[in-house]
Order: sequence, then C-alpha cells, then structure tokens
Amino acid sequence: MVDQSIAGPVKAMASASEGDRSGRARIVILLLCLGLFIAVLLSLTSGASDASAVNVISGWLFGTVPDNAALSARDSLIVYDIRLPRITLGLLVGAALAVSGAVMQGLFRNPLADPGLIGVSAGSSLGAVAVIVLGATVLAPATAIVGTLALPLAAFFGGLATTLVLYQVATRRGQTSVATMLLAGIALAALAMALTGILVFMADDRQLRDLTFWSLGSLGGATWAKIASVGPIIVLALAAMPFLARGLNALALGEATAGHLGIPVQRLKYTAIVGVSAAVGASVAVSGGIGFVGIVVPHLLRLAIGPDNRYLLPASALLGASLLLLADAVARTVVAPAELPIGIVTAIAGAPFFLWILLRKRGVVDL
Amino acid sequence: MIEARDVSVDIAGKRIVSGVDFHARPGEIAAIVGPNGSGKTTFLKALSGDLAYTGRVALNGRDLCAMKPVETAVQRAVLPQATTLSFPFTVREVVKLGLVGGRSGVLPGEDARLPERALARVDLDGFAGRFYQELSGGEQQRVQLARVLCQVWAPVLDGKPRYLFLDEPVSSLDIKHQLIIMDIARDFARRGGGVVAILHDLNLTAMSADRIFVMHYGRLAATGSPQDVLSDDLIEKVFDCRLRVGVLPAGNMPFVLPQSAA
Repeated sequence: MVDQSIAGPVKAMASASEGDRSGRARIVILLLCLGLFIAVLLSLTSGASDASAVNVISGWLFGTVPDNAALSARDSLIVYDIRLPRITLGLLVGAALAVSGAVMQGLFRNPLADPGLIGVSAGSSLGAVAVIVLGATVLAPATAIVGTLALPLAAFFGGLATTLVLYQVATRRGQTSVATMLLAGIALAALAMALTGILVFMADDRQLRDLTFWSLGSLGGATWAKIASVGPIIVLALAAMPFLARGLNALALGEATAGHLGIPVQRLKYTAIVGVSAAVGASVAVSGGIGFVGIVVPHLLRLAIGPDNRYLLPASALLGASLLLLADAVARTVVAPAELPIGIVTAIAGAPFFLWILLRKRGVVDL
Repeated sequence: MIEARDVSVDIAGKRIVSGVDFHARPGEIAAIVGPNGSGKTTFLKALSGDLAYTGRVALNGRDLCAMKPVETAVQRAVLPQATTLSFPFTVREVVKLGLVGGRSGVLPGEDARLPERALARVDLDGFAGRFYQELSGGEQQRVQLARVLCQVWAPVLDGKPRYLFLDEPVSSLDIKHQLIIMDIARDFARRGGGVVAILHDLNLTAMSADRIFVMHYGRLAATGSPQDVLSDDLIEKVFDCRLRVGVLPAGNMPFVLPQSAA
C-alpha cells in the first residue's frame, strides 16, 4: 500500500537533489519490506481454524511445550502444511504477477500492458484447462508421464507457446514491432479463450467446478509439492528481471534511442518476454487467473517512486506479494469456513482504490 | 572519423537513400541540408545503425555492422527530432539515462553531477525536478540534448574522437536557444569531437558548418564548404526556389541573421 503519511519527509528530502526520486524509492522499498513482514504474520495467524500460530512459532523458536499436546500437534500441522505453503505460494505468485506487469509495461512502452492483455495468461489457461478436461482421456499418456506436474507444465508451455508465436508474428528482419505484438496478442488471447470455451463446453460437472474455481484464481490447495514444481521457475524468472531494469528505463525513450544508448534492445526484448511467460505461466498454473495485480501494483508504485525500473521492479515484487497475501487472508476469513476466489477480492478492493488514485493524480498519469 | 561509402537505404521496396558518400572529421561540424523528404533523416538513421543499408560505414575505422550497440554508444550519441516518453519521468531522470552506458568520460565520482551541468549547458537550470511531459516542445528538445551530452561528455575518449548526431537540433527552438545549441556543437568540435547535424536554416548552416552535404531525392547533390556549396544555382536546383545568396532585402525591410549575434 502507498502510505500517504510518508509524503511529508520525503518531499523535504527531495529538494536537496531536485527530480531525483531514488532516495524516496529506497524509503518506500524499506517500508514495503516491513509491510510484507506484517502481511506474512497476519496470514500466518488468521484462517478458518483457530490454530494458534503464535504457539507454534514460539514452540519452534524456544522449544516451549504448550499444555495441550494434541491441540499443539494439530496447530502445528495447520501452520506447517496448510498456512505456510499457502503463504509461500502467495509470495511467489504475487511477486511474479506484479513484476511481470511492470516488465510488460516497460517493454511495450504502454501503461496498459499486462500479461493478461497480450495473451500470455490466456495461453496458460488454455494449457491448464486442457489438462483438467482432457487429462483423463486424450492427454492421458502425457499426464501419466509427468504426473502431478501436468497442470503446471501445460500452463507454462501454453503461455510460452503463445508468447513465441506472438514474437514470431511481430518480428520482421530481426526487428520486433511492439505495436504489432500488442495487437496480435489481443487476437491470440481471443483465440485461446475461444478454444478454452470449447473445452469448458466439453467438461463434465466435476471438471466444471474445478474450472470455475481455478479460473477465478485461488491460492487454495497449495502444497509443498506444488511449490517445489513451480517455485524454481518463478524464482529464476524473478531473479533475471533486475538485470533488465536499466534497459527497460532506456526503452522508455523508444527502441532506437535505447539502442543509441548502448542497450542490446533485441536481446532485452527476448529475455523480458521469455521471463514474463515463464513467471506468468507458472503462476497461472498453480493459482489460476488472478487479475489486477499486474496492472495496479506497478501503477501505484510509479506514482509513489517514479518509473525507474531499478526500484520499480523490486518494489513491485514486495507490494504484489503483500497485496496477494492480504487478499488471500480476506478470501479465507470473510465467509469462513468457505472461501472466496481471490480474484474477486483483488478486484473488489483494487478497482475502487485504483480509480481513486487515478483521479487524484491525473496530472502525473496523463502524458 | 566517420566515413560512409556508397550508402543506399531501401524502405518497403523504395529507395530512399542512394549511393551517398559522406564523411565527418573530428574538429568539424558536418551539416546535412536538403528539402523535406530528401532522405536526410533516413541517411542519419543508417549512420546510427537503426536501418539496414548497403555500402560501408566506418566509425573511427571500424565497420559499423561489426559493432555492438554498447560499442557504438561509446563513440557517438544521437539526438532524434522529437522524443515522447511513455512514463512520467522527471527531467533529471531523463538526462541521467544518458549515463546508462557509463562512458561519459568524466572522472567516476563526477558522473552524479553531470545531469545538472548538462542542464545548465542547455539553459535549463532549475528544471531538474519538473516532469518531462509538462515542458514545451523546445524545452523537451533541450532536455534530450542534455541527455545526449551526458553520454559523450568528453569529446575525446581513450584517444578516439566521439561524435554528436543531431537531427534538426534547433528546429523547435527560439533564436537565443538556436545560438546556444550551435555554440555547444561548435565547442564540442573545438575540443576534438565531431558533429553531424541535419539543419534547415541555411543561414545558421553557413555560419556553423565546416562542410555541407546537400541531399536531393536521396542522392548527394553537392558537398563542400559553405562558400563552395551555397550558390544561387544549387539552391534553385535543390530547393526549387529562386533565391539569391548574399543579397540584402530592398529598402528598409528589417532582417535578422544569426551571424549578427554579439
């Protein structure tokens, strides 16, 4: 969250070096680290059950044994095998979606770009839905080989395939037209959604329930096994992103000018696209289509710290992770013991807040 | 030294630049003039490595085709005609992007202060904290020039001259700032760098350029010193306009030439 109370001291500091927002960015990143820590604690201690994370953690830290050993064992199970994997997944997915959004916006030089917009998410969804619906029949030989990894792998390759097709369509004589890619992405997204629609039409009742919940997005069903399958992909993709920051900054001046400044633009575009499709594909695979994080988080941060990607990318990772954890905590508790799809929470909380920020800061957003 | 031999550029099957020979020496301003659509900008884009071309371009003796972006960025900086930004950068942040390659040529510790110095040089003192998109077209153009200056602040690096490629650097500027920008170019050349500039103002060209390359329908129509090139015949042929060089207006019609600047 962008905390308004920090605006005062930050402004005073900025006058020392006018137009330099790096000091403010560092403060915001520090605050975001603190915010993430609080979000993790909140998620750890809240949930449908009354399990006491405090007892579990103090037992783990200090070796204290609570009075009721049976209750303690149950609590410990809930914390280690339900809440912790869920939190880890939330951290990974939130960071992946927010950073992917920021990178896409930098790459397309367009504040509206989002993995959802250019068909990466739609391609991943198609892959995942294909496994849910056809996993037991047509795709049975394939799913038998990869086992539980079938869904994440299908989503990952669905996203990657879409992106590579896009890239081929938009590249002529070694030059990738970002405008063509955006338009082609919209077309491909429509195609992927239509194919997904056909699969949904073919699905039986049980598959439909799976699909509905999955398409709205959820961190439910997080297990250490799932994290082990997609975690490395997301972590690798996220680790590569900071190396793109300087290049993406230069790209804001246009592709030709970025090249004049010494940025290997073609390689930058390729790395960014592969990284984003990996991160988004893996995220969609485990949590479904969680909207809004990729577009809201980078925008809020640009208003607070400016568009410098060296700060924007890490800040996006932190804020994306925090927001998703908080949204998940709400999703788990408001209608407990049932659960809301997390996509509904992110949109209901995010959309009005985003509109309010836009209205207040119009002058900065309008170009 | 920048040398282009027999450079041609085709865009979508149409020949835009045809067999141009060009050179720019360190210590000199090479001006490219010509009517709209004569291929000036296209030629400069080929020289910058943005467009595929046939022929040969050498930058300080090295073939441009064999150089990586990071290598060409050390040798030359490019000022486009106009630059729009996709995100709300402050003026300082834009100028700092000129330092992204890290070869400005000043002592390592001084890089941090370069944006201020560059802004002062283009007469934009105190603009560092403003948002780029809130500035006028002429001010934006000068911010971009400050960025370009940061990239090649030292006109000579590692014993090699560096170059400024300026595409219509003064087209949106008032007369005072036109003079300031041409003075920056002249100063850059005097200190051992080279300048390639596309210009429209023939008086300013005559005053600043050491060598003029006149383009017409994608070809080189003439080349030489201002005295050699700017003749009644050439101007009529290239610009399709009957003008006479060096003739004062009749009667008491006022005229203001950049040459009269004190």
